[in-house]
Amino acid sequence: MGFPHHPHPRETTVLTKHFGEADARTLAGWKKRGGYKALEKALGMQPADIVNVVKESGLRGRGGAGFPTGMKWSFMKPGDGKPHYLCCNADESEPGTFKDRELMRWTPHALVEGCAIGAYAIGAETAYVYIRGEFTEPLHWMESAVKEAYAAGIIGKNAMGSGKRIDVHVHKGAGAYICGEETALMESLEGRRGNPRIKPPFPAVSGVFGMPTTINNVETLIAAAPILLNGAEWYKKMSLSSPKSTGTKLYSVCGNVQRPGTYEVVMGFPFKEFLYDLCGGPLHGRKFKAVIPGGASVPIQNMEEAEATLMDYEGFVAGGSMLGSGGVIVIDDAQPMVTVIARLARFFAHESCGQCTQCREGTAWTTKILERIRDGEGTVEDLDTLLDIGEQMTGKTICVLSDSCAVPVVSGIKKFRGEFEALIQGKRFHPVTAAVA
Amino acid sequence: MTPDLVGGVESPDYASHDRAAHEPYVAVFTGDVKRELDELLTRYPTKMAALLPALWIVQRERGWVSDEGMAEVAGFLDLTPAYVKGVVTFYTMYHQHPVGKYFIQVCTTSPCGICGAEDVVKAFLRHTNAGELGITSPDGKFTVIEVECLGACGFATPVMVNEEFIESVTPDKVPELLARLA
Repeated sequence: MGFPHHPHPRETTVLTKHFGEADARTLAGWKKRGGYKALEKALGMQPADIVNVVKESGLRGRGGAGFPTGMKWSFMKPGDGKPHYLCCNADESEPGTFKDRELMRWTPHALVEGCAIGAYAIGAETAYVYIRGEFTEPLHWMESAVKEAYAAGIIGKNAMGSGKRIDVHVHKGAGAYICGEETALMESLEGRRGNPRIKPPFPAVSGVFGMPTTINNVETLIAAAPILLNGAEWYKKMSLSSPKSTGTKLYSVCGNVQRPGTYEVVMGFPFKEFLYDLCGGPLHGRKFKAVIPGGASVPIQNMEEAEATLMDYEGFVAGGSMLGSGGVIVIDDAQPMVTVIARLARFFAHESCGQCTQCREGTAWTTKILERIRDGEGTVEDLDTLLDIGEQMTGKTICVLSDSCAVPVVSGIKKFRGEFEALIQGKRFHPVTAAVA
Repeated sequence: MTPDLVGGVESPDYASHDRAAHEPYVAVFTGDVKRELDELLTRYPTKMAALLPALWIVQRERGWVSDEGMAEVAGFLDLTPAYVKGVVTFYTMYHQHPVGKYFIQVCTTSPCGICGAEDVVKAFLRHTNAGELGITSPDGKFTVIEVECLGACGFATPVMVNEEFIESVTPDKVPELLARLA
């Protein structure tokens, strides 16, 4: 609904329908809106049937990687005699992304319900919702929703009278972007430093506490409830690009744009209309220069690419980037690209866990070189050095934080090389005229 | 106190730090707080998993996590103090020394950066008299730091004051905000 703005008629509000309604945060208010009907239905089904419906719906992970959710759930083998766990990744820390924050602070019961459905489907009795420590408001509402759900017998040792035990626990992170990486999240949940693990073994074999684990994003789990209620066909039909990308997707829009906020549109929506119509276009007197459409870790798009993009998993790849987490960072012509990219590199350098040399050293040196270019002290060799470091940082580490740092740098140099070169040649960027001279 | 010399320059005044550090340690996990920890332990199959929540309790009760606090947690969870310290130092949100009464974190990562977050930081430093990032103001009230992405990019610039999350802060709103705190 373009929250906090009025809903736009071209949005399709399924998950965001009740944003801004304070009453929806309480159990009574949530039930009035049809809450927990999907869980009730789920508990009357066989877990394998739930997995099949989700598989059939084409739902893919909304956290960034886009892995098919039903398939992920089907990796959890029933009857292996081991405890299974569900982890909900609510460590939303990708710069530009804040959709899960809105979901949790406006519809906390939707996530409790999604976790309970997911846990039941994968044969888990326990779900942990790992929420980043800075999210004090989502933490508050999630804790309150869990408490209400326990008191009402919706979750607990006999969830909704089904005889099934489903526990949901909120776990507060303590400040580390890397804990959004699934294996780092599990390490952190176990009470360790958040260092990602080498895969394999994959979480479905050996996840948190060494047991079979499924880890899903907040938006993914919440989407499971309406899919169960309305059926896979309904979900597929909403999309303009079915069957490859199905359903609706939340986008959190920020940066130099008229109406930043959280939007929900069907897959395949034209990005140009999204940016200019739904989000209101550029600020007065300015022009869009670049977009990072899926959180800081995806390639930067120039406007030519962005305006030709259809918003789905395949469309963003065709447009030179990725859907990622749906965190749309809009950059206008008043912003020097080198400054923007240098600040992103600094973010990754700060957040590197330091395990892998390529990442620990690569993110730090990338930042140093970019900042010296930004400050007018760059040399002609610097761009080649950056590209070389970028190559050394890609595909060589335990997790993709290293790659994520290289992506905006390499794509930025490729698409906005002129701005880098002008600064190296001693020219200055003028934000008012947006010209390099 | 004799100022420590770092490279021939006086180090920042950590008087408040020293004062707090020299007070006798009072155990955190007694009575209701101990019961809170016991309840937490039922949520996980291992004791170690309660480490992050237990450290949060220490910080809530004492304002920061001292070495003694870490040792106390280690005792309850069958860990070594060194292990606990290793975990504490990994995360950014545990204070390893006392901070001002109001701990102010301003997001300056790129999405907020392009919306003017640097000016918000400057306004906080000026109006709190903290002067410098990470240094507590002379009256002990304010510590200002820059923080990496707070995850509210559409509400630039988000600022956290202790546990309170404030959206859409601009430089001109800073004096009013501080007046409300003081």
